[in-house]
Amino acid sequence: MSRYRIPGKGRVDHSAPVSFTFDGKTYPGLRGDTVASALLANGVHLMGRSFKYHRPRGAVTAGSEEPNALIGTSRGPGRFEPNTRATVQELRAGLVTESQNKWPSLSFDMGAINDRAYMLFSAGFYYKTFMWPKSFWDKVYEPVIRGAAGLGKSPTETDPDHYASRYLHTDVLIVGAGPAGIAAALAAAQSGADVTLVDENPEMGGSLLSDPGVQIDGKPAWDWIEAQLGRLRAAGVRLMTRTTAIGYYHQNMVGLCQRLTDHLDSPPKGAPRERMWRVRAGQVVLAQGALEKPLVFDGNDRPGVMLAGAAQTYLHKYGVRVGDAPAVVTSHDSAWYAAFDLADNGARVAAIIDTRDTVRPDLLDAARKRGIKVLAGHTVTTTKGRLRVKSVRAAPVRGTHVGAGRDIACDCLLMCGGWTPSLHLFSHTKGSLAWDGQTFLPDRKTEDVEIAGAGRGLWGYEPALADGAAAGLRALEGLGRAGHGTSFAVANDRPGTGVSHTELPTDGNPGRARAFIDFQNDVTAKDIRLAVREGMRSIEHVKRYTTNGMATDQGKMSNINGLMIAADALGKAPPQVGLTTFRPPYTPTSFGAFCGYLRGETFQLTRKTPIDPWAEANGAVFEPVAQWRRAWYFPRAGEDMHAAVLRECKATRASLGIFDASTLGKIEVAGPDAVEFMNRMYTNPWTKLAPGRCRYGLLLGEDGFIRDDGVIGRLSPDLFHVTTTTGGAARVLTMMEDYLQTEWPELDVWLTSTTEQWATVALNGPNVLAMLKPLVQGVDWDDFPHMSCAECTVAGLPARLFRLSFTGEVGFEVNVPARHGLALWTALMEAGKPHDITPYGTEAMHVLRAEKGYIIVGQDTDGTVTPQDAGLDWAVGKAKRDFVGKRSLSRPDIVAKGRKQLVGLLTEDGSLLQEGAQIVLDPDQPKPMRMVGHVTSSYQSTMGHPIAMAVIEGGFDRMGETVFIPMPDGVRKARVTSTVFYDPDNARLKA
Amino acid sequence: MLLIHCPYCEDTLPELEFTYAGEAHIARPADPSTLSDEEWRDFLFIRTNARGPHYERWRHVGCGRFFNALRDTVSDRFLMTYKAGLPRPPLTNEAAE
Ligand SMILES: [Zn+2]
Repeated sequence: MSRYRIPGKGRVDHSAPVSFTFDGKTYPGLRGDTVASALLANGVHLMGRSFKYHRPRGAVTAGSEEPNALIGTSRGPGRFEPNTRATVQELRAGLVTESQNKWPSLSFDMGAINDRAYMLFSAGFYYKTFMWPKSFWDKVYEPVIRGAAGLGKSPTETDPDHYASRYLHTDVLIVGAGPAGIAAALAAAQSGADVTLVDENPEMGGSLLSDPGVQIDGKPAWDWIEAQLGRLRAAGVRLMTRTTAIGYYHQNMVGLCQRLTDHLDSPPKGAPRERMWRVRAGQVVLAQGALEKPLVFDGNDRPGVMLAGAAQTYLHKYGVRVGDAPAVVTSHDSAWYAAFDLADNGARVAAIIDTRDTVRPDLLDAARKRGIKVLAGHTVTTTKGRLRVKSVRAAPVRGTHVGAGRDIACDCLLMCGGWTPSLHLFSHTKGSLAWDGQTFLPDRKTEDVEIAGAGRGLWGYEPALADGAAAGLRALEGLGRAGHGTSFAVANDRPGTGVSHTELPTDGNPGRARAFIDFQNDVTAKDIRLAVREGMRSIEHVKRYTTNGMATDQGKMSNINGLMIAADALGKAPPQVGLTTFRPPYTPTSFGAFCGYLRGETFQLTRKTPIDPWAEANGAVFEPVAQWRRAWYFPRAGEDMHAAVLRECKATRASLGIFDASTLGKIEVAGPDAVEFMNRMYTNPWTKLAPGRCRYGLLLGEDGFIRDDGVIGRLSPDLFHVTTTTGGAARVLTMMEDYLQTEWPELDVWLTSTTEQWATVALNGPNVLAMLKPLVQGVDWDDFPHMSCAECTVAGLPARLFRLSFTGEVGFEVNVPARHGLALWTALMEAGKPHDITPYGTEAMHVLRAEKGYIIVGQDTDGTVTPQDAGLDWAVGKAKRDFVGKRSLSRPDIVAKGRKQLVGLLTEDGSLLQEGAQIVLDPDQPKPMRMVGHVTSSYQSTMGHPIAMAVIEGGFDRMGETVFIPMPDGVRKARVTSTVFYDPDNARLKA
Repeated sequence: MLLIHCPYCEDTLPELEFTYAGEAHIARPADPSTLSDEEWRDFLFIRTNARGPHYERWRHVGCGRFFNALRDTVSDRFLMTYKAGLPRPPLTNEAAE
């Protein structure tokens, strides 16, 4: 039996021991323990070191708001998680845990030198200390900051767990299953509404689990909870434990993170670790209760100093006495009950120190009966003890005068500075808050939401139950359903009130007080006052300057104390200073839960062409293009990428290449007004394009910049087969739809995406006609020159045949219905054998097109390139009255001199340039140099030397000039050329 | 995630199914060549930056239709949606608040 465990007490299973390790030492615990409760049962309060000063720290809470007791947990390879709250992590067999922010050990830590030097680390020290000199940044400041910053260690391996996602539609979602939440669920469930009740803890019951002496309707609290949960189950209410509402979004969408396996000794194979629920609720009831505030005094962070309510929870839920001789310091009645419960369970309470002069007589009586010393009207000025609190100094306060203090020996100090309604979720909805003199309460609502119980400042079980029932009923009525009210009779209720403080008065030097507000970020009262003195006026500035509330606990314990002190320093009322913004998630949430199924192979869909299986079977190396995977090159044994690509290019130029172009976007533009629509959308004139012919089409945005391009065939007077870039297909269709629907609804045109309906195979090379002609039926070869198209059959398959070239060789694109794609490819491969037909991938396609100066939209253009800039002026139908983007082509900045223009580059030393490399005119100019353009495309070519394209200011007027490309290993010289490197007269196309 | 009403599908559906398409009621000039550089600039680039109700265009990816919406840029609430081509509806009291 652990030293501080009370036999038989609590909701833990005393017959089920579970052992675990903490910093390499094995400890006994019980099923139902958290790591924190089990360590406390063994007398271990020291659980971690703070972030900035590396001060020794213990658990200060018993819940998810814990700022101090952060640990790393692990369960085998890849299953390490840093920054887990020891107060939340349930024990499981073999759990391995470790403390954080310590070196070499938790009890002796070198980083604690920061604590001695704390005067240097005051508010804004990041801004002040690391300002000067600039040269110190790289070598001194940044390594120091990076070494010291961050909590815990990042996992180094891929998380092998998987995570699930679900949607849920429910009539009423109730967040928090304490007394108010349970009462709300009972009320909401009474007319058949679909009700969901969630709680972040393993068990429902909330604060009642820590107050077993309370009786409701004649039943002890725990029996009452069990009976009500039974009723809710019977009524079909969805009860979800270990489920945290992390964010409250528009129109009553609430995100829930459900933890499924972290508490299990061995998770079932295949079970998701966590599940993210996206819940759309008709009505939401927030019954999240209140969070206890610490008091702010020197030494309030020593291990052994914790919230009084936490001690009460450790006692009743876990059967753990957090100390034998607790002292209590409080400004609220609630801590008195914690003291009584500990006294009734074998602790000798050293004293109850209350900051208030007058305390309720029944509390004083109850203390007297237990022989507890009471010090009303007292402050606490300091504590002592290195790794554990040993004594607390209490002193009487009369007005502003602090009298002589005395040290009271204790082994733990329970503090309570009152309670803050938990309004994080409400604040996510931008609901407004109102100040009631002590704290903020929910005010104006923006969603269909009710707030019940301690979450709106009510105290005591009877008011909370009544309020919960009323909120549940209002939610029901909000759905248009009817129900009846409920009342609850509570015996042994624990009502209470209290007062709020800034830092407690002290007789010591306030400038030397280490009175902590934000425990995790080591922010003290002094830091807040310093921030105000140094000119921070907005609470948001105070927050950022001091980092108050910016730790992983999101200021759950620190925000109100920080505000009270900032308001005092500013001489303003707290509501005039206001709270900082609460943002989701409510508690730290794993990336896995957000990712859900969207990781690895299911991160994004992979589109595959009908010919993809052939490419895979034939050793293709793939590359992703938009969402497609495309064959990049087809290496043969012993070939690297360069060798394979060069072979593919040369084979195509010498004889015959075959290429899977199925990913090309395809849009069918049909209807009586199709030609008019094409005239308006594309720069080119279409009226005179005869059926059976095709043309290169250029699409601009209304701003005059190139958006897309592709070859477009006119199959009949009212039918155009439009092709787009692989990545631009959806964008182009959306743009066409936009104009058709909203600008020109009078045009009689239909647009249909046919990208996935056609498989497209490109054939290029001098032997293409010899190979293809015998396979084609329905084409008049005497009238099928370059840039023709026809509906016909190819290899017996129904086809749309285009004669066009993206390589500079004689070329065709054969489109067949997608289901025939593989059959077509196989037939062409067979028919091409006599010509050594060679499959080539996207890399060879890029090289071949670059040798001819054919641009790739999005590579050689970047959204600021006009047709003139790209040398495509010839594709613009200047005689047309209008087309999308036409007016912009005469905008002053588009016709101005010095625009970047697309040119070719040949390096003087024959080296390959890097795509994206910047270009200058004078390599000897001082830095920063004036950059006049950049390399857009660069390849090894079939001509024995590399080629490149680039956009350069005034490039067309610089033909033959030399430009410079500074690279890390030296400056390259390159000559400006035409973009057409190969067969500039197009002799090969006419063959 | 917002719920958005598509006036063509007559259904209220999650934001995931929709894309934003810029400010509404900016008609493309019938003959852009007659516009001055300044007028064309304004058509291309100058937009309302409303704090509050804003007339804007959305596209329902599901049915492919563009429609108009009145959305409050402060609360991010959709006050109404209506079909493309309909005149700009007046601000309601709720919207004007
Ligand atoms: Zn729709």
